[in-house]
Amino acid sequence: MTDTLVLGAVAYDAKVVTIWDGFKEYLERCGLPFDYVLFSNYERQVEAHFEGAIDAAWNSPLAWLQAERIAAAIGRPARAIAMRDTDCDLTSIVLVPAASSVASLEGLRGTRVAVGAADSPQATLIPLGHLAAAGLEPGSDFEVLTFDRLPGKHGDHIGGERDAVRALVRGEADAACLIDANHLLFSRDGTLPAGAARVLSRTPAYDHCNFTVLGAMTPPAERFRDLLLGMRYADPEVRPLLDLEGLKEWRPGRTSGYAALAGAVDRFGTIDAFVARVAARCG
Amino acid sequence: MRLDPAAPVRIDLGDLGFDEGGSLLVKRGLRIAAAGAEVEVTGAAVDLGLHLETWCRAEGHRLRLAPASASAWIVSRGPAGRDRRDGGPRGGHADAARPGALAERPPGTWGLAARGAQVEAGSPDFGFPLADRLEVWSDDAARLYAQAVAAQWDPATAVPWGAPFDLPDEVEDAVVQVMTYLIENETAALVVPSRFVAQIHPHFREVMQLLAVQAADEARHIEVFTRRALLKRADPGLSTAGGQASLLTLVREPEFPIASFLLSVLGEGTFLILLKFLEEHAPDPVTAAVARLAAQDESRHVAFGLSHLRRHLAGDPAFRARLASAVRRRHDALRQTAGLNAEVFESLHLLAAGSLSPANLRRGHQRVMTLLAAMHEARRANLERLGFPPDEAAELSSLHTRNFM
Repeated sequence: MTDTLVLGAVAYDAKVVTIWDGFKEYLERCGLPFDYVLFSNYERQVEAHFEGAIDAAWNSPLAWLQAERIAAAIGRPARAIAMRDTDCDLTSIVLVPAASSVASLEGLRGTRVAVGAADSPQATLIPLGHLAAAGLEPGSDFEVLTFDRLPGKHGDHIGGERDAVRALVRGEADAACLIDANHLLFSRDGTLPAGAARVLSRTPAYDHCNFTVLGAMTPPAERFRDLLLGMRYADPEVRPLLDLEGLKEWRPGRTSGYAALAGAVDRFGTIDAFVARVAARCG
Repeated sequence: MRLDPAAPVRIDLGDLGFDEGGSLLVKRGLRIAAAGAEVEVTGAAVDLGLHLETWCRAEGHRLRLAPASASAWIVSRGPAGRDRRDGGPRGGHADAARPGALAERPPGTWGLAARGAQVEAGSPDFGFPLADRLEVWSDDAARLYAQAVAAQWDPATAVPWGAPFDLPDEVEDAVVQVMTYLIENETAALVVPSRFVAQIHPHFREVMQLLAVQAADEARHIEVFTRRALLKRADPGLSTAGGQASLLTLVREPEFPIASFLLSVLGEGTFLILLKFLEEHAPDPVTAAVARLAAQDESRHVAFGLSHLRRHLAGDPAFRARLASAVRRRHDALRQTAGLNAEVFESLHLLAAGSLSPANLRRGHQRVMTLLAAMHEARRANLERLGFPPDEAAELSSLHTRNFM
């Protein structure tokens, strides 16, 4: 173990390089030797984390659950040390065409529901869990139309959600699931024409990404967390980085916001095999 | 007009959606509200609450439903909003020659604003990926742009389309094959700058304009080469997998300076020699004219590539190693491909020969050998202009794609 903190992140978009190059420069300017490794998918990142190839991981909520469960299985603590303000208290929504006769979730029985990538917490797992909790079993009570863009990236790339909404607009789906913020985004960019759809239901609030550390907090990990929490949007040098990463302030990590996703993956068995395999290998 | 700055700001959006422009009014309200004051937003748009909630979360503002109301919300400006200056900075100066006119890395929030305009705080971030002066800018851009605009030629009138000529079938076929090859190469040369035009920060407008004209140049080249190919034949010739594989490595190159190096300096630098060769040895006046006109434009493209890369390298000499490695990487990627296809090579040979007579074929062969040597020499010279030592320049030139572009 050196003093350098090596962070893992998933390259869901070319801007990820810009983001972490920027953070690297900033953190090193603040005296923290820092480097990052990009992975093409979260599963590879989680596995590498347990193999000790990285010291911290910028994890999707699904990757956090994977890490948390593998850690629990092998008796190591997993911590969420920081997250964005914009990762807290998100919701997903179920859209139906404005003219649809569907008035409640029950009305989706026998319909076609468009979702994002199969491993997207926000556009697939949490909304499908929401429907299942309302008594509608995906695949048997309604048809799931999956728009699987970039599997392994846990829906970080919004292409799947956009395709799901397009399917709704074209009349190829009776409902579409997406994260709340993308409703505004898609309304603004024309993907969702004005007046084309209405919100049928919103999921309970949940949290999104976090920086995950395994085992005891090391001095570099503590320094990393403290530097993140000390970043101020007022600082013009920091602001572009925060803008790129989509936040106004870093907050201490919390793990209370992953229950909805945990319930969904328990119900669907989404990560069981992966967790068992990595736990068996790294335990 | 607000007479009392301490009074709460109330914004009634009516049925205007937040996505339809309501956000502009809310932002404006937050800007004019006194520090610590809240903004009350009312509206009847069906998704207003959802949109306000997600927007406030992203902006770091706090939101709550107004007491005893389902269609009124209170927005409290978060610290992030106050951190932005109320009156934004001037985004450089319109005249690039003035000291300080160009930012080293203009913020994405300057967006599409004219350089030198006052950019209001709160402008959206366009996130232009190419916003680094070192990577993008060339002091020659304005001059080359003006030159390019002045040198635009009209394909309808600049080429003697009606000039009478009659070539032997095999020579006409060779011309058609060469035109087919030129078209796909010029298409790559259109696609590459077009991709980057949309990525360059408009703060560097002269570069953006120059690349736009460059793309328009290629559009005309594609037009005249297509027209020449179909002058006497119903269809173009053969497009090969190896040729397209080579061009794919160009089209997919994500970094502007590297793409510019591979395309403009090495590719178009090589093509310039090819076009001059075609002009000199063209068997008919139409082929000679289209080659000559295209060459005029290509020389500007090469000049720009050299100019902005020289500037880039002056600021970042280590980048030279990345350019070299890009050539080697592309060479490795294309190692398994056939390179210039036999059809194009033989067509150049035949075109330079003018007929199938043994004497002419021998002369054609010599001309093609001279062409290859001249291409290598031009690449080597351009690489030396970029500061590569002679031995490395020669080595890198020899690794350049056998497909020429």
